[in-house]
Amino acid sequence: MTIGSFALYGLGLIVVLTIAAWIVKRVAVVVAPSDYAYILKTAPLTAWFGMVVIFIYVMLAVLAPVFAPFSETAIVASEYEPWGAPYYLGTDSLGRDMLSRLIFAARNTVGIAFLTTLLAFFLGGAMGLLASTLGGWIDQIFSRAVDVLMAIPQLIFALLLLTIVGTNVVNLILVIAVLDSTRVYRLSRAVAMNVVVMDYVEAAKLRGEGLGWLIRREILPNITAPLIAEFGLRFCFVFLTISALSFLGLGIQPPTADWGSMVRDNATLITFGDPTPLMPAAAIALLTVAVNFVVDWMLHRSSGLKD
Amino acid sequence: MQLILKMILQRLGLGLFTLFVVSVIIFSAVELLPGDLAQEILGQSATPETVAAFRHELGLDKPAIVRYMEWLGGAATGDFGKSLANGREIAELIGTRLANTLLLAAYAAVIAIPLAVGLGLLAALYRNTWFDRSINIFTLSSISFPEFFVAYILILWLSVHAGVFPSIANINESTPLWDRLIRMFLPALTLTLVVTAHMMRMTRAAIINLLAAPYIEMARLKGLPPRVVILKHALPNALAPIINVIALNMAYLITGVVVVEVVFVYPGLGQLLVDSVSKRDITVVQACCLIFAVVYILFNLIADVLSIATNPRLLHKK
Repeated sequence: MTIGSFALYGLGLIVVLTIAAWIVKRVAVVVAPSDYAYILKTAPLTAWFGMVVIFIYVMLAVLAPVFAPFSETAIVASEYEPWGAPYYLGTDSLGRDMLSRLIFAARNTVGIAFLTTLLAFFLGGAMGLLASTLGGWIDQIFSRAVDVLMAIPQLIFALLLLTIVGTNVVNLILVIAVLDSTRVYRLSRAVAMNVVVMDYVEAAKLRGEGLGWLIRREILPNITAPLIAEFGLRFCFVFLTISALSFLGLGIQPPTADWGSMVRDNATLITFGDPTPLMPAAAIALLTVAVNFVVDWMLHRSSGLKD
Repeated sequence: MQLILKMILQRLGLGLFTLFVVSVIIFSAVELLPGDLAQEILGQSATPETVAAFRHELGLDKPAIVRYMEWLGGAATGDFGKSLANGREIAELIGTRLANTLLLAAYAAVIAIPLAVGLGLLAALYRNTWFDRSINIFTLSSISFPEFFVAYILILWLSVHAGVFPSIANINESTPLWDRLIRMFLPALTLTLVVTAHMMRMTRAAIINLLAAPYIEMARLKGLPPRVVILKHALPNALAPIINVIALNMAYLITGVVVVEVVFVYPGLGQLLVDSVSKRDITVVQACCLIFAVVYILFNLIADVLSIATNPRLLHKK
């Protein structure tokens, strides 16, 4: 496996995915009901590329045991076997099947990143909405606390907290979720602030609606578009942070298959000119690019920018 | 001038306060440690006497506020105490590593800033052409790539395949400067690729934002060539956001070095931090975090002050 053929495979994969995205777009425009057809038709090819890639990742993650030829942790051969059946991508530093671990890692890494983002959103979104709706000293306390938390660089703060609580998956999810919720707080507070001052919110307050109604029925529906786009962006950041921590050996712990630590464990191969350890890293990059493409399109649509 | 001075002093005051709060957070990290630090380190089998002696040695028997003052006073004079893992002076561990990390960040900055601003200007000048689009796709993907991916691609390509640069940046005090720069080239290039994208996009956005302004239209209608419009009319007014984003990216560089240092086995502060986290060597982690946080806050402060200072509206009072 040389670097040239590796790059060629990568290009080939991108071309195949682009063609797939083009075909899916054609089919979707015909099949979709007319209300949606226009939106789907105006979506650029990059957005379709992103959606196709995300769909493939989700399928791989959900159906990992079906696709993977071997189990996640089983040692099936000697270490660093070359490419070839039945180990299509060779074996890793302990003799585990590379392809199977790559597929299982889709489930672990993406799943954990998704869960963390979800948690960060519930936490940051709830706090942001409360702060903007209630205002006053609650807003002040939350905002100043977030200011202080954001004054420390995120990766450094995460490392400090992980030293204290110890490195395992639950702690990892909690630490990253709390640190990332500060960014979600900033955004949800800012967009909710614009809605809180609207007349219909005032009217709802005057009719005596409670806090829950105000947030769920009056404010939330009006800020979903920027929040969903932000979810995509935050997912990318969380995903990259978790991968970086796993790469440093401080994130998802062995023997769980995970893209970050797979790169770290097999990095020796790179110095011999074998690019196989780059595949997990490429998997990370491909998903982040895909999510970014979709988010770009959504932001473009919701902002109505034409430039 | 009065107004601008007042605003800058306000920012400095706020920055000092942030530094204080951050130091409290980093210090209290140990207090939050579940259980007792001494017990944790010595293990369950330690006798109460050894634990007490160890606590005394670390100063854990004093009240937290006294310890905080001592820790902060020590840190300000370069004395961070001793490592829990091997008992060495932390100042000794950090010394050259801090200089190495700053050198690497500066190296990357020297390459990245002219590159990013230049590309940003070109992208704004040739907006919506194939040049602009390809730069856009390139930057969007380099933001999405994990740092270690970029680093290993560079190693594979420039080190293993082409053999131009070494893949391991092992430098020490006796390494001559030229040799150093060669060995540090790949880590610096990795950092450059990571930060250039953001800076370049912001430069482009800042310039394009201004292109809709009436005075730019006027300049165009006068018949000035686009190059002059951008360099003479748009750039001076876009300077504030550009300087701001450069300073913020320098702050990012300081923390971005962590992963890159590990990949290239570069003897910097980031590697020390990662090693200490896996050993749970809390005093070293504290010291490293404090240094990183201080540098980060300083750069944010510089960004703030510079963006005030470059705003011409604040220079002339109405």
